[in-house]
Amino acid sequence: MPDNASNRAAPLLSVEQLTVEYPVSGRTLSAVNDVSLAVGRGETLGLVGESGCGKSTLGRAVLQLRRPTAGKVVFDGTDLTALEGEALRLMRKRLQLIFQDPIASLNPRRCIGDIVAEPLIITGITDRAERERRVREVLTAVGLDPDLVWRRLPHEFSGGQCQRVCIARALILEPELVVCDEPVSALDVSIRAQILNLLEEMKRRYGLTLLFIAHDLAVVKAVSDRIAVMYLGRLCEVGPTEQVFGRPAHPYTALLLAAIPVPDPTVPPTTNVAAGEPPSPLDPPSGCRFRTRCPRADGICAKEVPDLRPTTSEQSVACHHPLTDR
Amino acid sequence: MAVLEIEGDTALVSPVRRRRSRPSGLFLVALVWLALIGLAAILADFLPLVSPTDMDFLGKRAPPSAEHLLGTDQLGRDMLSRLIYGARISLTVGLLAPAIGLVIGGALGMLAGYFGGRFEVITVGCVDVLLAFPPLVLALAVTAYLGQSVLNLTLVIGVLSIPAFTRVARAVTLSLSQREFVVAARTLGATHTRILMRELLPNVALPLLAFFLLGVAVTIVVEGALSFLGLGVPPPAPSWGSMIGEGRESLDIAPWLAFLPAAFMFATVLAFNIVGDTLRALTDPRPATL
Repeated sequence: MPDNASNRAAPLLSVEQLTVEYPVSGRTLSAVNDVSLAVGRGETLGLVGESGCGKSTLGRAVLQLRRPTAGKVVFDGTDLTALEGEALRLMRKRLQLIFQDPIASLNPRRCIGDIVAEPLIITGITDRAERERRVREVLTAVGLDPDLVWRRLPHEFSGGQCQRVCIARALILEPELVVCDEPVSALDVSIRAQILNLLEEMKRRYGLTLLFIAHDLAVVKAVSDRIAVMYLGRLCEVGPTEQVFGRPAHPYTALLLAAIPVPDPTVPPTTNVAAGEPPSPLDPPSGCRFRTRCPRADGICAKEVPDLRPTTSEQSVACHHPLTDR
Repeated sequence: MAVLEIEGDTALVSPVRRRRSRPSGLFLVALVWLALIGLAAILADFLPLVSPTDMDFLGKRAPPSAEHLLGTDQLGRDMLSRLIYGARISLTVGLLAPAIGLVIGGALGMLAGYFGGRFEVITVGCVDVLLAFPPLVLALAVTAYLGQSVLNLTLVIGVLSIPAFTRVARAVTLSLSQREFVVAARTLGATHTRILMRELLPNVALPLLAFFLLGVAVTIVVEGALSFLGLGVPPPAPSWGSMIGEGRESLDIAPWLAFLPAAFMFATVLAFNIVGDTLRALTDPRPATL
């Protein structure tokens, strides 16, 4: 694991007070609200939360696929939100995205060789032989035989194989940051481990920094150095994986961890789950957004929005009554 | 990491075998018919045919003979020759008019579907106006002001076919442009032109092409109807539609004068439909999902 203290001095990616809003029938839905976080070079930050909490929106806002309403995304000293047109286009090759649905993220009418070579063509590498060499290299690196797959179309492959192709396409430009948006959620459990191992291997080989978005805590725990927990567009808790899993400071994190099923039939299922559905992000609760489902909520939670405050040197929590108070 | 450490055979996996379906016999028959008609139309001038406009008033409505293989019409003109020269006009209009719609409508639809916004609103608005415009009135107006010719006929039908192509192209593009592979291309820094040409066009082209072949079939019928109404090709030149129109007058005494061109039109339209359907089925990589 990389040394977190030195990484925080000069993070590769830092998101500062980022807000992303969508217009929804005359009203604004703030999918990401005032989120700040940093990812150090070579680090894997796991971003977890329920469906619809804004994790994917945050990932896409980092890549400027969805332009944020407010805040900054500073990547290696450059504020991406200030970039436009050609400057942004040239920056794009340093940040890549891996999608949840590997089959839909490959053009059904282009062969694998063309799909993986496309990033090279876009960045202006005109030498055919050079392109072919690099495509072969990266395909072999992700565990596909270049001669076997070159002329084939995406529908001839399984989900796991398609995800390998997607990883190859994302890595061929040797990016620095890869946003993985639920990269294994659509895959069979048996394939997940292969893809996670592959990502881990690629991270070492290419020196990648990963922003790993997932709702599966086991997956996040396996790959992340640090974890950020999101609820309804806001960050609840950020910290090193063992600390967040071992001593969760936010009641929401604690509930999420308690909800992980134990693969043992003699253990009774947990009853300590968060009550009800998450509130609509169109009409979030005042103060702390989790207060409507929180067992520790009281008067102040409805009035004041809790700031993200450090509880230990590495862990931060946005809660008026963190569990560390006990 | 320990929980998930499963070492599968991750390396050098081979993909599923490719499956190919065979074209049916009907498809081959249709293809042969189209080739025959097409070749005859192209080579009409070199074939040993009687002139389609030479009249023989002594041999009006003659039954098939060695001299006139398919008989003669009400003015004593050779039916086979007229059918083949008629194929020329029917096929020229039938292929060129939808081609106009395909190129202009396809481009407009793709741009509207991809960029959206004000451009889309304006395009869709114009298309709706064109759709609401009565086609016969437009055809009448054009022939009245610009005169009757194959070119004018093609242009009128071509312009009228733009809206349908625009709608098909826009609908397909809309559903595709939110798909992950387009987002992936944007993430790679691809320009709009490149996304339109390399990511979207190959996927939009096939539904458009299938629609084009359908358009050819429809246009041949429309050309026939316009010629039947006297809005098509000017009289001495034969076209299947005008032949049916002329044959109508003698349906009771010589029904084959109308039925022969009608049968040619029927067979050609059917053949285009069969070829279009089969081509779509053959080239669609995933028939169920796209």
